[in-house]
Amino acid sequence: MWTWFYRLASPPYVYRVAAAFAPWLLGIAGALIAYGLVDGLAFAPRDYQQGDAFRIIYVHVPASSLSVMAYTLMAVAAAIGLIWRIKVAYAVAAAVAPIGASFTLLTLVTGSLWGKPMWGTYWAWDPRLTSELILLFLYFGVMSLRAAFEDPNRGDRAAALLAIVGVVNVPIIHFSVVWWNSLHQGATILKLGKPQIDATMALPLYAMLLGFLLFFGGVLCLRLRGEVLNRERQASWVREAVKS
Amino acid sequence: MNVGPAAALSLLLRRELCLSFRRPDQLLQPLVFFLIVTTLFPLALSPELTLLREMSPGVLWVAALLASLLSMDGLFKGDSEDGTLEQLALSGQSLGLIVAAKTFAHWLVSGAALVLVSPLVGTALAIPVDAFPIMMLSLALGTLTLSWLGAIGAGLTVGLRRGSVLLSLIVLPLAMPLLIFGANATDRAIGGESAAGALYFLAALCVFTSSLAPLAATAALRITLE
Repeated sequence: MWTWFYRLASPPYVYRVAAAFAPWLLGIAGALIAYGLVDGLAFAPRDYQQGDAFRIIYVHVPASSLSVMAYTLMAVAAAIGLIWRIKVAYAVAAAVAPIGASFTLLTLVTGSLWGKPMWGTYWAWDPRLTSELILLFLYFGVMSLRAAFEDPNRGDRAAALLAIVGVVNVPIIHFSVVWWNSLHQGATILKLGKPQIDATMALPLYAMLLGFLLFFGGVLCLRLRGEVLNRERQASWVREAVKS
Repeated sequence: MNVGPAAALSLLLRRELCLSFRRPDQLLQPLVFFLIVTTLFPLALSPELTLLREMSPGVLWVAALLASLLSMDGLFKGDSEDGTLEQLALSGQSLGLIVAAKTFAHWLVSGAALVLVSPLVGTALAIPVDAFPIMMLSLALGTLTLSWLGAIGAGLTVGLRRGSVLLSLIVLPLAMPLLIFGANATDRAIGGESAAGALYFLAALCVFTSSLAPLAATAALRITLE
């Protein structure tokens, strides 16, 4: 088990493993998302209060949970890089940032599209919305800090430190609906005990959650391959890998 | 020569303060910026006093935030360009102590000065005199917290050529909770309500950043100095 763990720190190994995983992850993700979209958008029952507008949760909820999860993953990878000086960990952190930022943007866009018919406004200065917006700014900060350094190694470490500092925002996003009196509804699905959502509505949502997660993993594998190739472009294994 | 941590701290503080007071124009610029920005709002919105009083906590806090950020850029820059920072780092004193001393001295000449000027701005924005003590206390806590956050940003961007915009980009998202509670405390003081809750929160943020931010800023400097 440990040898496998150690091998994850080796760029050529990660490059090959990512290539092997990516098609599987993306394939299963495609099937799950296709099922979730069709069942969720066409067959799931209408919400008794929100009508058809509720169906946006099939995109909004997976995107928002991934936006936070991606940030946490980025911070964990950054910490691993800083503590054990593992180059691949920095590559993971660099590969996650744009994906996480995209999911954050998707969350904000779908949320405001839903907000127009439901709350009567595209945007409200609500704790949950604001902390999600701050998350987007944090992603931008981390990405531009990394890009600002000419020495990539230094940029990696500076961005890693900033990512770790920004983690304080993650619990704020999660608990914002509990701590403050918020327009945004509280948790209904990822809650201990009995879920407050009917199974016919929940099933496509679970499929979408898993599908988005696998899609995230697949895209991460692809981006990670690009990052590793770019970072190791002087290494001899890259020349052989590109030739073959 | 061996110097204990306490003596080193006081030496560093004296050096920083001495350096800042030798360049009074740099000391005054953020304060003038603070005054000018707050002047812009009545011009742009409306000079009507009732409206101004409603907007004043936000205007005051945004202006204070921008003014303190403006000077944050220079926290480590001068010392890093002429090599003093490296010498300090090699001096055998802990880098954390040095960072803390520099940041605190910087707050004394920027944040604390801002707090002293704030009654002037408060009067111009029609904030009642009764609210001044709480406004100044909240600003003092807020600018100190911002100085610690800014030290992280300044440490991360110290070697960069165009670091100042990036510094704002990094620090402002982290400073948003500060703005919320600071403006809330001032707002409640103006309305004659108890601002205790928001003040406690500001104090908690201040203690939190005072204890952890020096560590993060030190780590940042270690990355950018090398």
